[in-house]
Amino acid sequence: MEMQNCMRSKFTVFFALVGFLFFTAPAVAQDENHEELHHEETHVEEGHTEEAHGDVHHEDAHHNDAAHGEEEGPKDMKDIVKETITHHLADSYEFHITEGVGFPLPIILVDNGLKVFSSSKFHHGETVAEVDGNYYKVYHSKIYKTDAEGTITYDDHHHPTNEQPLDLSITKNVFMILLMAVFMFFLFSGVAKTYKSSLTPKKAGKFLEPIIIYVRDEIAIPNIGEKHYKKYMSYLLTVFFFIWFLNLVGMTPLGVNVTGNIAITFSLALMTFIITQVSGKKDYWMHIFWMPGVPVLIRPVLAIIELIGLFVKPFSLMIRLYANMLAGHVVIMSILGLIFIFGSWFASVPFTFLTLFLSVLELLVAALQAYIFTMLTSLYFGAAVEEHDHH
Amino acid sequence: MEIPEIVGAGLIVIGAGLGIGRIGGSAMDAIARQPEAAAKIQTAMIIAAALIEGIGFAALFAK
Repeated sequence: MEMQNCMRSKFTVFFALVGFLFFTAPAVAQDENHEELHHEETHVEEGHTEEAHGDVHHEDAHHNDAAHGEEEGPKDMKDIVKETITHHLADSYEFHITEGVGFPLPIILVDNGLKVFSSSKFHHGETVAEVDGNYYKVYHSKIYKTDAEGTITYDDHHHPTNEQPLDLSITKNVFMILLMAVFMFFLFSGVAKTYKSSLTPKKAGKFLEPIIIYVRDEIAIPNIGEKHYKKYMSYLLTVFFFIWFLNLVGMTPLGVNVTGNIAITFSLALMTFIITQVSGKKDYWMHIFWMPGVPVLIRPVLAIIELIGLFVKPFSLMIRLYANMLAGHVVIMSILGLIFIFGSWFASVPFTFLTLFLSVLELLVAALQAYIFTMLTSLYFGAAVEEHDHH
Repeated sequence: MEIPEIVGAGLIVIGAGLGIGRIGGSAMDAIARQPEAAAKIQTAMIIAAALIEGIGFAALFAK
């Protein structure tokens, strides 16, 4: 009986979720539809003027009004969708959750000393913030130093020429990274503690143990080798879970896009690069600068290629994670945006399903990208510590 | 006549798609012949596909 109840409540939740998904999107689309209807009406009237030849002056004036209204009227739906997507992908100085819900984050600037203030001073980027007699303004999500009115001067290419102070702010992405670091620290140290009393996994360990074992047995050991893998396990596990968790957080409606930010993937790739070079053994460097087993004349050519390869490897790591996550977000949001562009109930059904499908696919990609990053990282580590016996 | 950049992007996507498709197909063949080596083949397949994908993305974003 209890189980039946449990099943029923699960089904209720499921149907509520599906229902929610189905009804919110078309409802918003319908709301936007009003404006389009209005547009159509004006078009009909315009058509009417061409047919009826009476009272030219009056109709002309009306025509002008309509044209004017179109210029100044509400923005095109395509532009709104585009704007929403760019806004979602970009980093920001405040944590914006939904219309009117969110909280400001601290802004830290180095500009003749440390300047720390809350991003609420910008009022969502609309006003100039005054700190110790200096004025700052947000322009295209970058902070510029301005005068009291917030004047921004441009060069020929329409780039601002204002001075940019060194920006060390806790932005949305930085905030999420810090939050994730704290979360992961408590999660994994908690799990590690449970193994002190017995080797049977408890609590979150039941879920995490198979994944950790997988990273060790399927990623680290085959690529790095039994002899050296232990040294790198902490880094591989950290990178794997960090990327995976942040990818998953990116799938929530919070609108954080941490792993789809090239600065963050750059840092991850840089760490892999540094660890690889530091742990590079004699054989590793010999294979780069003086490849054994090939004619001597070819060796300098190979050295150049290998040297380029040294930097291409972390570069491809960086681009792969960044582009995959960014592309995933763009595709999902574009298809969701199509509902609003078509603005019809009929469009909402297939596109809602398509979005659902792509979101589930993206859940797979979230894990796959974490796996590939960890896998390639361990492959590079393996190449660095490998010992050959040449003759 | 100047060829728009988007044509180049399309060509890159076609190339990357063909490449990854070939890898996937070959991996299928290999797994069908030797099902017991499926895990190893899959790993190699994913690495190769990821490398091609990386180049595809790099070219696409360099546009």
